[in-house]
Amino acid sequence: MRGFLRPDGRKGIRNLVLVGYLVECAHHVAREIAQAFREQEVHLVGFPGCYPNAYALRVMTRLCTHPNVGAVLLVSLGCEGFDRSGLRQAVEATGRPVETLVIQDAGGTRKTIAAGRAWVTGALATLGAASAVSMGMDELVVGTICGGSDGTSGLTANPAIGRTFDLLVAEGAACLFEETGELIGCEHHMAARAATPELGAEIIRSVAKAARYYKTLGHGSFAAGNAHGGLTTLEEKSMGAYAKSGASRIRGLLKPGDLPPHGGLYLLDMISDGEVRFGFPNINDNVEIADLIACGSHVILFSTGRGSVVGSAISPVIKVCANPDTHRRMREDMDVDAGRILEGRGTLDEVGREIYARVRAAASGERTASESLGHQEFTLLYKSFEPIGPACLPR
Amino acid sequence: MASSEHQPDSPERTVLDGPGTTDRRLILLSPQDNVCVACTHLAAGDTVVIDGAAVTLAERIPLGHKLARRRIRAGETITKYGAPIGSATGDIAAGAHVHLHNLKSEYIPSFGMDAIEGSAGGRGQ
Repeated sequence: MRGFLRPDGRKGIRNLVLVGYLVECAHHVAREIAQAFREQEVHLVGFPGCYPNAYALRVMTRLCTHPNVGAVLLVSLGCEGFDRSGLRQAVEATGRPVETLVIQDAGGTRKTIAAGRAWVTGALATLGAASAVSMGMDELVVGTICGGSDGTSGLTANPAIGRTFDLLVAEGAACLFEETGELIGCEHHMAARAATPELGAEIIRSVAKAARYYKTLGHGSFAAGNAHGGLTTLEEKSMGAYAKSGASRIRGLLKPGDLPPHGGLYLLDMISDGEVRFGFPNINDNVEIADLIACGSHVILFSTGRGSVVGSAISPVIKVCANPDTHRRMREDMDVDAGRILEGRGTLDEVGREIYARVRAAASGERTASESLGHQEFTLLYKSFEPIGPACLPR
Repeated sequence: MASSEHQPDSPERTVLDGPGTTDRRLILLSPQDNVCVACTHLAAGDTVVIDGAAVTLAERIPLGHKLARRRIRAGETITKYGAPIGSATGDIAAGAHVHLHNLKSEYIPSFGMDAIEGSAGGRGQ
């Protein structure tokens, strides 16, 4: 594996220019800048809200200083509430090239787009001169998510990813699983796997928070497509989703923007703290992927049965297809055919090793299916969090 | 893997590793389970073998869907992966499809495709 060394000591497996809009009003201008470089490593992220939000600032800061990011262009309308100078200073402090364009000061749409494209051209030339260094497994952070699940997800792709996680954790990687709302019913089993009883209690609390949140909002993380694919209840879906975590000890509980302090398996709690506010905490899979990337994930392992096509800005997404019929229909969108296990053409261990090999390949510069197809989905919403307590990261 | 990191009783260890049924088209995920999972599309009238007994299916069971391993009584807990996934809302015959019409969550109600219109719908995670 090879990485780009950043001043904070972390290494990135990509070296991209990130264009970030700081309110929806700046989205079009930022997109016009980024789209001029669509064959190159220029990605677009942003926050749509006009009112300030500490979580959004934290996530944007983590994304702009993510090891896969080499340079940052911020695009502001000028009157939004986002702390653009605070974000810029945080990026500057890491030594990355950074520029802020304020549309109202730059003279409007066309002038800002032209200035932005000129800056990105220069940044790409600077990044192109960077040389990669070798990177160890203990420097890698891998997140996992399932989307478009069906009855095969919990039989093939999810437990195969669990096997991959076991291999990665054994070699020192940090592995993140997430979405406590999809782990309802598994909380006591998870707590028994926690490094300490205090961490176990935190895990149970985080799932209870998710259950309360979903109850207030009227339904859980269970879609009609899940039922069509053979899943009947939320707890059934949870058991299948839980298999992605593998069999390692759970080393800690993170919230969005917390970086894993060392290798091992971590649970990411992405449901807002406090009263139920801001609506659904995860309106789509990319909200969760953005939170995983804000925790430093270099690569995302995405399990799908029904057939999701999404990728992500910043970090490559590896698609593990659980359902052999889906794989035949959507082969081009998939990196790994885990559904073949159901047809006797492979075992969980074999597929787990294949996913592991895909992680190494992606971390050596090879493009994943969603990267090749140009997918760069991204969503960032309002949320609010209390900092994690000391029991969440036992030594 | 490092043995200190290993948890031997994790549920995914039973997935496909546990004692199967005698029929390769079905998966029994855990010996405690009262449902099996179809790993191919099964048609009404197909005969499958569950725990050594031949059962002719009264209805179609799509890939990934569940069927009763034995007779299940109303109110009984349905077990898959060795874990409770809800309870039976009516009596279920051996080999019958187990789904939204006869299994309910103990946590939050589920929505099927036919419930989308006029409701909040849901998401496909």
